[in-house]
Amino acid sequence: MKKVVSVFVLMLVCAVTYAGGYRVSLQGNRSLAMGHTGVAVVNNAELAFFNPAGLIHLENKINLSAGGFGVFADVSYQNAEFGQSAQTDSGVGTPVYLYASYKLSDSFALGLAVYTPYGSSVEYPTDWAGSHLVNNIELESVYIQPLFSWEIVKDRFSIGGGPILAIGSVNFNRNLSRNLTDLDGNRSNVTLDASGILEFGWSAGALLNLDNQDKWKLGFNYRSLIDVEVESGDGEATFANVPNSPLAPVPNGNFDFTASLPLPAEWTVGLSYRPNEKWLFAFDYNYAEWSAYESLDIDFLNTDGSIALESNNPRNYKNASTYRFGAEYSLSKKIDLRAGYYFDESPVQSGFFAPETPRNDSNGFTGGFTYYVNSKLSIDASFLYLRFDEVDASYDFFTETNGQTAPFEGTYKSSAIVAGLGLSYKL
Amino acid sequence: MKKYIKYIAVLALGFVACEPEFDTPIDEDNFYTSGEADFSNYVSIGNSLTAGFADGTLYITGQDNSYPNIMATQFALAGGGSFTQPLMNDNVGGLLLGGAQLPGFNPRFVLATDENGNPGPAIINQSSTTEVSNILSGPFNNVGVPGARSFDLLFSGYGNIGGLTSTPVSANPYFVRFASSPDATVIGDAVAQNPSFFSLWIGNNDILGYATSGGSGVDQTGNFDPSTYSTSDITDPNVFENAYSQMVNALVADGTNGVLVNIPDVTSIPFFTTVPTQSIPLDAPTAAFLNDNFALYNNVVLPTLVSFGIITAEEAASRTIQFSEGVNFPTLTDDDLTDVSAILQAPPVSLDAATANLLGQLRQANSSDILTLTSAGILGTVVNNDPTLINGVSVPLGDQFVLTAAEQARVTTAQTAYNTTIQALASANGLAFADARGALQQVANGGVTFNGGTVTSTFVTGGGFSLDGVHPTPRGYALTANVLLDAINAQYGSNIPGVDIGNFATVTISND
Repeated sequence: MKKVVSVFVLMLVCAVTYAGGYRVSLQGNRSLAMGHTGVAVVNNAELAFFNPAGLIHLENKINLSAGGFGVFADVSYQNAEFGQSAQTDSGVGTPVYLYASYKLSDSFALGLAVYTPYGSSVEYPTDWAGSHLVNNIELESVYIQPLFSWEIVKDRFSIGGGPILAIGSVNFNRNLSRNLTDLDGNRSNVTLDASGILEFGWSAGALLNLDNQDKWKLGFNYRSLIDVEVESGDGEATFANVPNSPLAPVPNGNFDFTASLPLPAEWTVGLSYRPNEKWLFAFDYNYAEWSAYESLDIDFLNTDGSIALESNNPRNYKNASTYRFGAEYSLSKKIDLRAGYYFDESPVQSGFFAPETPRNDSNGFTGGFTYYVNSKLSIDASFLYLRFDEVDASYDFFTETNGQTAPFEGTYKSSAIVAGLGLSYKL
Repeated sequence: MKKYIKYIAVLALGFVACEPEFDTPIDEDNFYTSGEADFSNYVSIGNSLTAGFADGTLYITGQDNSYPNIMATQFALAGGGSFTQPLMNDNVGGLLLGGAQLPGFNPRFVLATDENGNPGPAIINQSSTTEVSNILSGPFNNVGVPGARSFDLLFSGYGNIGGLTSTPVSANPYFVRFASSPDATVIGDAVAQNPSFFSLWIGNNDILGYATSGGSGVDQTGNFDPSTYSTSDITDPNVFENAYSQMVNALVADGTNGVLVNIPDVTSIPFFTTVPTQSIPLDAPTAAFLNDNFALYNNVVLPTLVSFGIITAEEAASRTIQFSEGVNFPTLTDDDLTDVSAILQAPPVSLDAATANLLGQLRQANSSDILTLTSAGILGTVVNNDPTLINGVSVPLGDQFVLTAAEQARVTTAQTAYNTTIQALASANGLAFADARGALQQVANGGVTFNGGTVTSTFVTGGGFSLDGVHPTPRGYALTANVLLDAINAQYGSNIPGVDIGNFATVTISND
């Protein structure tokens, strides 16, 4: 056990990475260990996220599952033409989750889910080569969701779902241009800060037993689009080191701003197969509707509400798929072992590779285990190694003050290892 | 405890393992190489251009963007060492001596807006804080001294503070700030650092002072004693060659590698290309009125001077004044014309002294004349609130505002001789040769494109030149650094990357 713990600590050191865009697919340790599959897996309360329709199939009256992950995702950038290089210094991200279900009757259960499906934390060295696009960004979202789960056809078919309250926050800093400074050479920059933005959405799922032996299950889940709208009064933009001149695009100081960031809808369909007591196999297919992210448009407002400055940043994301595979093997009464793989397609299109979410296609390799402390309590652990290819990419839509576009090019290499630890409790 | 140490080692491995590694990381050894050159101790020698001078003075951010500093940043990718500069005390520029503003060393230009929001160059409304008598302790890798001519770099006493107040002035306040001793020479302070690599860009001021003063100095070709030169004279090409070869010989004595840079055309810089020669707008009645006034001069005085053999018919034609409706050439005083002011006061013309002096070397500009940037503030203005006294019309422009064709020819002749010397010495010593002249011609004729724009020599808006119209912006210096790096790579087989000039600033906007 001690050895296992130290391996786990090692995993924590080398933390996690994300899925495509700013989706953080870390919604449960048991699921992550199996390639983040779970729409058709009835295992523990993680179903509250993956497919609330399955909650009614959990054996116990009360099911709890909580945990977190340690994440360091790092990105290196270099441009051989000009000898520029930079590496992000992103602290440990710590996405967490909490799921609970309570069976009211044999066919109806209630649940609660708290999770962090979207986020991004990237910190480049200040004033690095791409600082006109981003110096640092911290994007967070917390979803809180009451749920129901209803078995409509006994042992065959159930549905579930519930409304989502999303709480979003963002902190973003970048330089105003590639070279604007104050008189003393300090780069002119802007910091956007908004937190506690509340939005609503929903999710719903269905689970079908394909046979009478409980071997094959088919699951389906949908989570709606949530647009995080920063409205006037929600946040503050602070311009700093802008030269004292009416010729500057904007003066120093604080401005109100409006912006919108979509947290895209996601469809999942999946299959699980339990050939015997020892083995379980799962396959999930995710389809994320990233095309909702067309452009990051920010309007900075004067006190009278008129627009002081506009910032339009085309993103033009495309819808993207993820293919997930997982397996579980029951080693003993005390230990379940898990492993998985997924291929995560990036929603970023050629020419739109912005360094604030520098994601190309990736291959995720996962593993983990559950240790059953007793009949009620178990410890869930997982890790993820996300492998990115080195990619030559550019963001071609930065517009200089002279109106000309200035592509930002370079080679990116991301790395990601994630480790998580959680507890499951059933009563 | 032993057990834990083992885990710590594993932990450390974990840290290393998650650094994203490129297949060919550019920040590791041997991606960029110095070839046959050794950039570990780079020393740059030169004048204002090397110092990072801009907007009429030297200041910290300008020095940060000096081409040697930009090059040193790139050299660091292939074994280059640290690069020190004798930084000014502020970003205002200008120099104090004993707490008082040193005459001629004023604060910088910035692009300010007037009360109507119109942008234009203006002197910043802040005070200089750089005290010349605050001697910095060097040595400094950048030994660029603003204002230095070729032979100045060999002059012992150029950094002697006493020479700032002597008559004539024999020292340079910029060098005073960081000379290793009062009797040090610039080249001596450079060589004493045992550079592993050097750049030398000198000679610009050997013609530029003459050119920016509208040729009001003397072409000293034939005078081999530079101690008799003023700062607005043209240096004799032999004096230049002698000084330049002495410096190169001193620098290459230990087989040191380096780069020599030639002298750009003065006509490539906005100081000489901004004010159009045809600059006097007139309506038809005013033109007719002026022509009436000059009728006697054109039809009687000039033919009389020809008939007496004092001037040629050709000179008479060049001195004829003729205005018309539209934009006209201004009148000017040309010291290459025969001075007829004394003759005009004698019979038979017998003009009064004032008129005779006015007409003494008068002519109208033509398309081969170049007006200086400084003439912009003079042209068309009224003298002594007398509406009949208009600069460039009834009052001829002074010699200092016009670089005539004859004066341009003297500049070009000297420049060509200097450049021949520079290129020959580069070739003879196996040094890299950077064609700054060619590069600047490209900037001036159509511009140089980069990622996100085109840099040209257009004043204020072109992006290449600072608000003094002579010295580059950071972007202009970045372009210069790329030109030198190309030459170095070609000569020494190195592959130092250039910089993205779009990341470098142009003119500084400020209403401070």
